[in-house]
Amino acid sequence: MQIIVNGEKTTVNEGITLHDFLKHKGLDPQKVVVEHNYRIVRLEEWPNIVLQENDNLEILKFVGGG
Amino acid sequence: MDDKLVIAGQELSSRLFIGTGKFPSHRVIPEVINRSGAQVVTVALRRVNLDYPEENMLNYIPEGCIIMPNTSGARNAEEAVRIARIARAACGSNWIKIEVINDNKYLLPDNYETIKATEILAKEGFIVLPYMSPDLIAARRLRDAGAAAVMPLGAPIGTNKGLKARELIKIMIDEIDLPVIVDAGLGRPSHAAEAMEMGAAAVLVNTAIATADDPVTMAEAFALAVKAGRMAYLAGMGVVKEYAEASSPLTGFLR
Repeated sequence: MQIIVNGEKTTVNEGITLHDFLKHKGLDPQKVVVEHNYRIVRLEEWPNIVLQENDNLEILKFVGGG
Repeated sequence: MDDKLVIAGQELSSRLFIGTGKFPSHRVIPEVINRSGAQVVTVALRRVNLDYPEENMLNYIPEGCIIMPNTSGARNAEEAVRIARIARAACGSNWIKIEVINDNKYLLPDNYETIKATEILAKEGFIVLPYMSPDLIAARRLRDAGAAAVMPLGAPIGTNKGLKARELIKIMIDEIDLPVIVDAGLGRPSHAAEAMEMGAAAVLVNTAIATADDPVTMAEAFALAVKAGRMAYLAGMGVVKEYAEASSPLTGFLR
């Protein structure tokens, strides 16, 4: 199935949790912040969220800025 | 000298705020912050590149600093509010620098959208420091909307041109009962000193330090200039006169 990650269409396995998707992408949970369908999701919630077709994910982090 | 800057009830001993963009390497940032003495440090929020995940900037900011995320990338109030909420969830800091820009040539902030975002975020408990085009009326509206300070630009971002908006910022300092922090455009320590001599509460510097040949030494140079300018302001400067006035007595000459 397809979901949108940071504005790009991405194919993922049916039934995958947010936690497993992010782990699969090699992301350190402590270093990113995730918005799932425009709702900020806390780290503890990741394993409970099963991704659905056309879900929208924003995966963000802090960078240098003025 | 006990001269603390108080923002939203928080006492700050340093009047130099530092931005973390454009540094040649992240590794230099802790040393820059330490040498500058800065307590308030800005960061930005961006999408992770899933092909090349990079390190998190927060890892480079020393303990005890106040993290002030900015809303750069926001083109209107709605986007700024969204970024602010995500940033707070991600770093736990209530401080937010609102930055709403939809002009790509001069990167001038949109005061109207900035006021709207300030109103929403202040109500949600954020400590809101809006980046703005220097304008007294907009500053008053920002104050009424709940801003903790206002941050007019000295010159467009990254130009190093100095205090080009001097007269308008001076009016704001004289008329607004909020800290006025000069943000953007300050290219040299003397520019920062000039802003502080004029009565600015603080300055925010990024490009001038980050793009110096030696950012750590430049950070210290800015810190000294900010202190000197503040001391001069508190000491009360002599008046400017059109004609000469002798410093030595004009009587009792040897003839």
